Amino acid sequence: MINMYEVNETNKMIEQENLDVRTITLGISLLDCIDADLQQVNRKVYEKITRLASHLVETGDEISKDFGIPVVNKRISVTPIALIGGAACKSSEDFVTLAKTLDRAAKEVGVNFIGGYSATVSKGMTKADELLIRSIPEALAQTERVCSSVNLGSTRTGINMDAVRLMGDIVLETAKATKDQDSLGCAKLVVFCNAPDDNPFMAGAFHGVTEADAVINVGVSGPGVVKTALEKVRGKNFEVLCETIKKTAFKVTRVGQLVAQEASKRLGIPFGIVDLSLAPTPAIGDSVADILCEIGVEYAGAPGTTAALALLNDQVKKGGVMASSYVGGLSGAFIPVSEDQGMIDAVNANALTIEKLEAMTCVCSVGLDMIAIPGDTKPATIAGIIADECAIGMVNQKTTAVRLIPVIGKDVGETVEFGGLLGYAPIMPVNPYSCENFVNRGGRIPAPIHSFKN
Amino acid sequence: MKKTIITVVGEDTVGIIAKVCTYLAENNVNILNISQTIIEGYFNMMMITDTSMAAKKLSELAEELETLGKEIGVVIHVQHEDIFTKMHRI
Repeated sequence: MINMYEVNETNKMIEQENLDVRTITLGISLLDCIDADLQQVNRKVYEKITRLASHLVETGDEISKDFGIPVVNKRISVTPIALIGGAACKSSEDFVTLAKTLDRAAKEVGVNFIGGYSATVSKGMTKADELLIRSIPEALAQTERVCSSVNLGSTRTGINMDAVRLMGDIVLETAKATKDQDSLGCAKLVVFCNAPDDNPFMAGAFHGVTEADAVINVGVSGPGVVKTALEKVRGKNFEVLCETIKKTAFKVTRVGQLVAQEASKRLGIPFGIVDLSLAPTPAIGDSVADILCEIGVEYAGAPGTTAALALLNDQVKKGGVMASSYVGGLSGAFIPVSEDQGMIDAVNANALTIEKLEAMTCVCSVGLDMIAIPGDTKPATIAGIIADECAIGMVNQKTTAVRLIPVIGKDVGETVEFGGLLGYAPIMPVNPYSCENFVNRGGRIPAPIHSFKN
Repeated sequence: MKKTIITVVGEDTVGIIAKVCTYLAENNVNILNISQTIIEGYFNMMMITDTSMAAKKLSELAEELETLGKEIGVVIHVQHEDIFTKMHRI
C-alpha cells in the first residue's frame, strides 16, 4: 500500500518543483477533408476539428483535478495543411483562409495552440507546398493560435537547399509581418530536419500521414524535479548522478503515461505516445540550464556543457523509456533560450553563444530554439544557420530544428518580451560573415552515406 | 473500488480530523486507512478512502474539501490513488 512518504514526495514535486503535464495534444487527420472547392475544405476542416476536440479542454481539466497534477496546455495538431489545401488552393491567399479556419476552430474548442500549418519538403516542393510556405508570414500575422512548421531535410533524403534558402526569406518576412508584436510570429514558426510525425510540442506539432484518424499524444515536463533530486547528490560520481536522473525521469514519465491513458479512455481516442521531455518554462526553478549548473558547470555554455547535456539527455531517455509503453515525439531535453531563465542568465553573462548552442543541439532534443537575433540579419544568414542545423540532424540521424526570431528594430544589447510561456530573451549576436554564395547555389544536398561512421 | 488519497497538512488545531471525517461521512466516503503525525508542530495526515459510493464527482469533493481546509487553516488535497501507485510502483 502507498505510504505517507511517497504521497508527500509526489505532492512536493507538484507543488514546489513545478512537475506538470506540459501538454495533451490531440492529433487529428484532415485527409478526409480534402476537396477541390475551397469553401468546402474550410467547412469540413472546421467541422471535424470542433467535433473531435469538443471535450478536449474539459477532459484535460478534469484529469488535472482528479489526480491533482496540473495539465498546463491542451492543444491540437493536424495533417500538414499543404496536403489538405493542395487541391483547392490556387494562391497563397487561399491558404491563409485555411489558417484562419484553424484559428477559429482552436478558439471554439478553447485550445491555446493548433499546429500543422505545415509542409514537408525534405526532397522537393510541390506547387502547393510552395504556396503554403509563401503564405506563412501572412497566415501567422492574421491568426493568433496557429503554429507553422516546415520539414526541410532528412537522413534519407538529404537537405532541400532551395527550401532552406526560401525559409531564410520567410522567417524574416514573418518577423516583419508581426513587427508590432516584437516579431512574435517567428515564435510560432519552426523548421526541421527529420521532423517526427507524432510530436505533441508546439510550434512544431503536426499530425503525420502515417498516423491514425485521431490520436492522443502527451508531453511531460519536470526540469525542477530533476534539479532538486540532483541537489541531494552534489559531489557524487557520474554513476550516482546518472542513476538519480534515471530514477527521477522514470517517475516524471509515469505521470505522463497515466495522464495519456486516462485522456485516451475518457475521450475514446487511441493513445499514441508519451514525449519524454524536460521542457523548461520561464518560471524560476523550471530550468534545464539550472540542471546543467547543478551537474557542475558555472553557466550553461561553459566548457563541459555539451558533455553534461549529453548525459542528461541520455539518462532522461533511459529512465523514461521503461515508464511508458510507447515513446515518441522529440523526447529529450529542450534548450530554448527565451523559455528558460538559466539560459537567459547564461546569455547575459556572455557564457552562451549561438555557436555553443549549436554544439549542444548535437546531443539533445531539439535545436536552436527561441533565440532572438538582430532584426537586420540577412535572410541568407538565417538560411545558413538553418542549413547548419539541418546538417547536424541529417548526419546524426536525429531531429533538429530552428526557431529564430529576428526582432525587427532591435539589436544586440536589447531585450525582447514575448510574454507567458514564451518568455523573454536578450538579442544574441550572429556571426557577421556572409554565406550568400553557399545558400544561393540551389538544389539539394545529397543524403549522407550510412557506412564508414567516424 | 475507487481508492482516493486525501492529504491534510497545516498548523495543528483542535478538531481537524473531526471536521474532515464529518464531511466524508456526510458524503458517503468510506475511510480505509488513516495515518497521522505531527512534524514540528505541523499536522500531517494521509487517508486512504473509497469514494465509489459517493454521489459527488471526485473533482467536486476535491473543491469542497479545499474550501473546508481553508476554513480550518489547513491544506487538503484529494487525488486518485493511481498518481501515487504509478509513480512509486513498477
